[in-house]
Amino acid sequence: MPERTSVALTVNGQRREAYVEPRRSLADFLRYEIGLTGTHVGCEHGVCGACTVLVEGRTVRSCLLFAVQMNGQDVLTVEGLAPAPDALHPLQQAFHEHHALQCGFCTPGMLLTALELLQDNPAPTEDEVRRGLAGNLCMCTGYVNIVRAVLAAAAAGTVA
Amino acid sequence: MKPAAFDYLAPREVSDALALLAAYGSEAKVLAGGQSLVPLMNFRLARPAYLVDINRVDALAGIDGRPGQVSIGAIARQRDAAIHALVKEQLPMLAEAIGYIGHVGIQNRGTVCGSLAHADPAAELPVVALALDATVHLQRTGSERSVPAEQFFSGYLTTVLEPDELLIATSFCVPPAGTGWGFTEIARRHGDFALVAVATLLRLDAAGRVASARVALGGVGPVPIRARATEHILVGELPGDDLFRAAAATVGTEIEPTDDIHASSDYRRHLAGVLVRRALTTARSRCAASANA
Repeated sequence: MPERTSVALTVNGQRREAYVEPRRSLADFLRYEIGLTGTHVGCEHGVCGACTVLVEGRTVRSCLLFAVQMNGQDVLTVEGLAPAPDALHPLQQAFHEHHALQCGFCTPGMLLTALELLQDNPAPTEDEVRRGLAGNLCMCTGYVNIVRAVLAAAAAGTVA
Repeated sequence: MKPAAFDYLAPREVSDALALLAAYGSEAKVLAGGQSLVPLMNFRLARPAYLVDINRVDALAGIDGRPGQVSIGAIARQRDAAIHALVKEQLPMLAEAIGYIGHVGIQNRGTVCGSLAHADPAAELPVVALALDATVHLQRTGSERSVPAEQFFSGYLTTVLEPDELLIATSFCVPPAGTGWGFTEIARRHGDFALVAVATLLRLDAAGRVASARVALGGVGPVPIRARATEHILVGELPGDDLFRAAAATVGTEIEPTDDIHASSDYRRHLAGVLVRRALTTARSRCAASANA
């Protein structure tokens, strides 16, 4: 059995350290080592987008990264989106107002994907939003309201 | 759905990476972007005993221009390449083809060179590598070699890379000024591997006839191919619908696609013709644009 290796990274602004097996994915590291269960694990092969988090400001599939690769890196999960414990991020607020979540399983990945999308393109067309979210699957098929929410957040101009 | 255990090795220098590959050979796999390898490991279709992570080898991160060429290092991300000024200006086909790969989150990690090394026959970048006369640079401890893209792919998910070799960089040839280009594909869903992907280059002479043509296809066999008979019938002719229809008919005679769960052989052959015609039409329109520029 390979040795456990130490990994030290920043998650939502907090420094985190743990000893992990090299095969521990970043997604499982977030959920099991540091208890941040907002990152959801769906397909575990990069297709569903549920485990999307930001590493150094860019979206990644956290099921396709190993935690040991993240030494010194800066990770943002859905838990780090809101500005305060009793407040919502503008994207979360827009999802709330437009009923953009049903079961909620895809929501963290949708939010973080939408965040990068709006940072890259603050005023996307509906088509660009649909393309931008195409790598995130909603098994409730609630795409219409998700697209509406992202467009509303973009129009409000409070995200990027 | 969790990978088998492995030892993780993270060299910082190319020479250290090569030494690890020399020591562990076929027991080791190189980890670059991991967007193909890690799914295979999660399915336990790949169970390397050692993972040599080259993401910390800074010397492999570059995207550099040389006269007539753009060289892309082994850990340069697809997304970084697609938005790089040099790539957008000199290799617009590569930038556009990257847009077809998975989704932004995949392109953010996936590497240009890793896609070539993985050699999925329906992947976009091997087709672009053929169209743009790319050369793949391989190193092992004590020696190096450069392999033209067309000789690099040897079979389904297989290349001529030896277990102790590392793909260091890939250099793509910048087409001569005035060359038009077209890349297109059909996939079942946005972001999927292509059923068929086509990359074309077209250059016209002063009389407006085709001076040179390049047609490369993916998804129609175990490796990406150049459609040489199709290229041959284009050269010397006046570009237009009639010629491109003839090219579409010819390409169907020089490919042998197989049936699989995604599409039948006949359907793939049909798609290849349609896409070759579309890609040539796009290339033709860009020829004019670049010639006028």
